[in-house]
Amino acid sequence: MSRIGVFVCHCGENIARTVDVEKVAAEAARLPGVAYATDYKYMCSDPGQNLLKNAVAEHRLDGIVVAACSPRMHEKTFRNAAKSAGLNPFLCEMANIREHCSWVHEDRDEATAKASDIVAMMVARVKKDKRLVPITVPVTKRALVIGGGIAGIQAALDIADAGHQVVLVEREPSIGGHMAQLSETFPTLDCSQCIMTPKMVDAANHPNITLHTYSEIESVDGYIGNFQITVRKKARSVIEEKCTGCGVCSAKCPQKKIPNAFDKNLGTRPAIYVPFPQAVPNTPVIDRANCTWFKTGKCGVCQKVCGPGAIDYEQEDRLIVEPVGAIVVATGFELYSITEKPKGSPIKGYGEFGHGTIPDVIDGLTFERLASASGPTGGKILRPSDGREPKQVVFVQCVGSRAREKGISYCSKICCMYTAKHTMLYKHKVHDGQAYVFFMDARTPGKSYDEFWRRAIEEEEAVYIRGMVSRLYQKGDKIVVMGSDVHVGVQVEIEADLVVLATAVQPRAGADTLAQKLGISYDSYHFYSEAHAKLKPVECATAGIYLAGACQGPKDIPDTVSQASAAAAKVMTLFAKDELEREPIVAKVNEKNCVACLYCKKVCPYGAVEEKEIRDRQGNLIRVVAYVNPGVCGGCGTCQASCPSKSVELDGYTDEQIMAMIEAL
Amino acid sequence: MHAHKENHAFEPKIVAFVCTWCTYAGADLAGTARLQYPANTRVVKFPCTGRIDPVFILRAFQKGADGVLVSGCHPGDCHYMAGNFHARRRFAAFRALLDFIGVDLNRLQFSWVSAAEGGKWVEVATELTERVRAMGPMREFRELETEEQWSGAIDTPELQAAYEAIP
Ligand SMILES: Cc1cc2nc3c(=O)[nH]c(=O)nc-3n(C[C@H](O)[C@H](O)[C@H](O)COP(=O)(O)OP(=O)(O)OC[C@H]3O[C@@H](n4cnc5c(N)ncnc54)[C@H](O)[C@@H]3O)c2cc1C
Ligand code: SF4
Ligand code: SF4
Repeated sequence: MSRIGVFVCHCGENIARTVDVEKVAAEAARLPGVAYATDYKYMCSDPGQNLLKNAVAEHRLDGIVVAACSPRMHEKTFRNAAKSAGLNPFLCEMANIREHCSWVHEDRDEATAKASDIVAMMVARVKKDKRLVPITVPVTKRALVIGGGIAGIQAALDIADAGHQVVLVEREPSIGGHMAQLSETFPTLDCSQCIMTPKMVDAANHPNITLHTYSEIESVDGYIGNFQITVRKKARSVIEEKCTGCGVCSAKCPQKKIPNAFDKNLGTRPAIYVPFPQAVPNTPVIDRANCTWFKTGKCGVCQKVCGPGAIDYEQEDRLIVEPVGAIVVATGFELYSITEKPKGSPIKGYGEFGHGTIPDVIDGLTFERLASASGPTGGKILRPSDGREPKQVVFVQCVGSRAREKGISYCSKICCMYTAKHTMLYKHKVHDGQAYVFFMDARTPGKSYDEFWRRAIEEEEAVYIRGMVSRLYQKGDKIVVMGSDVHVGVQVEIEADLVVLATAVQPRAGADTLAQKLGISYDSYHFYSEAHAKLKPVECATAGIYLAGACQGPKDIPDTVSQASAAAAKVMTLFAKDELEREPIVAKVNEKNCVACLYCKKVCPYGAVEEKEIRDRQGNLIRVVAYVNPGVCGGCGTCQASCPSKSVELDGYTDEQIMAMIEAL
Repeated sequence: MHAHKENHAFEPKIVAFVCTWCTYAGADLAGTARLQYPANTRVVKFPCTGRIDPVFILRAFQKGADGVLVSGCHPGDCHYMAGNFHARRRFAAFRALLDFIGVDLNRLQFSWVSAAEGGKWVEVATELTERVRAMGPMREFRELETEEQWSGAIDTPELQAAYEAIP
């Protein structure tokens, strides 16, 4: 016979107001197997926990039900209390009579009856609970960082400086991300390249950092402390170990007219190229789609001119397996594209803005490339159509952002600031030019941010017009911008030479695919979700995976770097331990019953089920059974519900435990 | 605002099988937000809808449930990646079986309620309660259990006819 203790909490007034707690305790006392039942004002308080601990000793309890709030709130608290009283923590259960009862029902009789039912169900369950021992797993003290923008670089450097190995995986041929494309940065106007390139070089040279560029995550297996990552190193057609980065190949490549995406297609590049001169690593890649050799089998110039013989046309994608203990996701953002109407996306295009058909309507990133000293124009602001210096430039904010009717309701956060920056850069370069800005509001919270914006208006004479633009059209070599000025209450028409659209910040295309590989969640826009908006802003709900930068939501550089360092700190906290404890909620196979149909293997989302051979002493194979690797098992129990011979059971959620609850109905 | 309390002749028992990560948390949220719904549901928590064996549903009906709700994470949001997909397939097959043995499928509700959908939890729980309340108690399974119709006695005209039809 069991000796169960039931503790009914008043939660101050929160439970006691609608539930007659004394009655619930009295009814619990009458349940078979209950040795002790009481009620108390605050079970989670120190005296409440002591009450529980003393009762365990005094009444020799072998199971506990605390009827109080949600187990998501205090299960840990009471299990720890049970543990310190010498009871196995998994023999302590909570009956949720607050969130599921007192808070959602008003009728006292009904709520009391329901609370008693919930307690009875949990008492029935606890009688079937088994002692469980937490599983300890070793921690691989190596981190994976996905994405080599400023977020990924910062996180990788911090972790590497703490003395741990880091694998940094970047999809593009070079690390750097968007920050490498920027000209000067708000709020201080320091040159982006000057602060970014040293960090890129540091990351590449760091003895603790292994860099895989032009690489992607193929698959992710395992769990916190013990992930197995397969990285696909795409074929560069250049042997990294041999290449000295001299650049002769690019110089001699006869294909020179390929639009350079890094320069937003303003400039061109050869078929064998590095995306920009300061690229890290400085190893080129062959763009096979545009290479004459790959298209026609003739040419081979780069191979002929390459001194160290680094060109390898036969190179194939390579798969590399990297064991790591923690993952930082830092895949950044993309700008909403006005040039291509997003395919299959719920987000609508901007037909009224010419959909990118007017060459002198550009986005913010293109303006950055124009303003960048190392950009295709050498830092001169020139119109893409005819290379003339524009004298009237119209900037339009919130294109795609805060536009529910277009499919995005959030604020992209950085555009107010970078547009103010653009008006300044423009004025610095074209002294007799005039900048106009159409805006909804100016959102400039941040240190020195509002002062920066005011400077654009007061010192650089940008004209801010509060209102939206309704239409853009080409008229001769001008672009007519039609909009409204809501302050004055009039329609405005400006004949501009150049129009810059501050388009919305969106997650990377394919962010959802990566999330599915990692098993992390994302919101309806595909920004990755943190575990708690306020208290766990860098952790994913999936243990061992952390977020940094714009992949989690629009962010400027200061916020990105802070989050990256925070994520790195979380990784270091994890790496401070040699072993991790995890809940022993894992499946076990009853080898006597298992018929090795291995249906469990098919359904297990974690790939935790293996085949185990049972042999006799002579080593003869007797039969095969399923085996669940407790380190890999996620504890979902899908195998158990699928097993036709009922030979696999999930600890903590056994058929007996569940059936006991149902029978107590 | 106080919900007007009505007295109903019959109060159904609803058993809700839910996963910890989404629907249990959604029901918690309904509590935190102090939303109100009928007191008929009894929640049984699972790690994942993937763990829910159809036998549990049968057993619940046998043991006095008048309605059963099964709810987990939205497709694609499963904490265990794919458990809810397995559940979905399993329950699709299981519904057909229940239908075949004559259980009114209106007593069984499958839904997805996320951790953020306290309001949806209230809607689903209220709707099922009201629907089942109108249907009256679920007798079939309980009678089977109590009256032990498995005894083999041929005690209805239908059975008699069926028996005679055996060549
Ligand atoms: C026009 C413009 C101007 C701006 N000006 C300023 C400014 O003046 N000051 C300021 O503070 N901020 C500015 N910002 C914001 C700044 O660019 C961002 O805060 C910063 O770039 C975010 O860094 P990140 O590392 O999170 O993302 P990113 O810079 O986007 O880097 C992400 C990296 O991850 C890689 N990646 C993506 N997917 C994968 C994958 N699946 N596998 C491997 N690698 C992947 C990408 O190739 C990229 O290298 C500006 C932004 C824009 C658009
Ligand atoms: S010529 Fe050879 S060594 Fe020089 S950059 Fe090209 S591939 Fe590298
Ligand atoms: S409980 Fe079963 S199905 Fe789920 S992860 Fe563990 S072994 Fe796989």
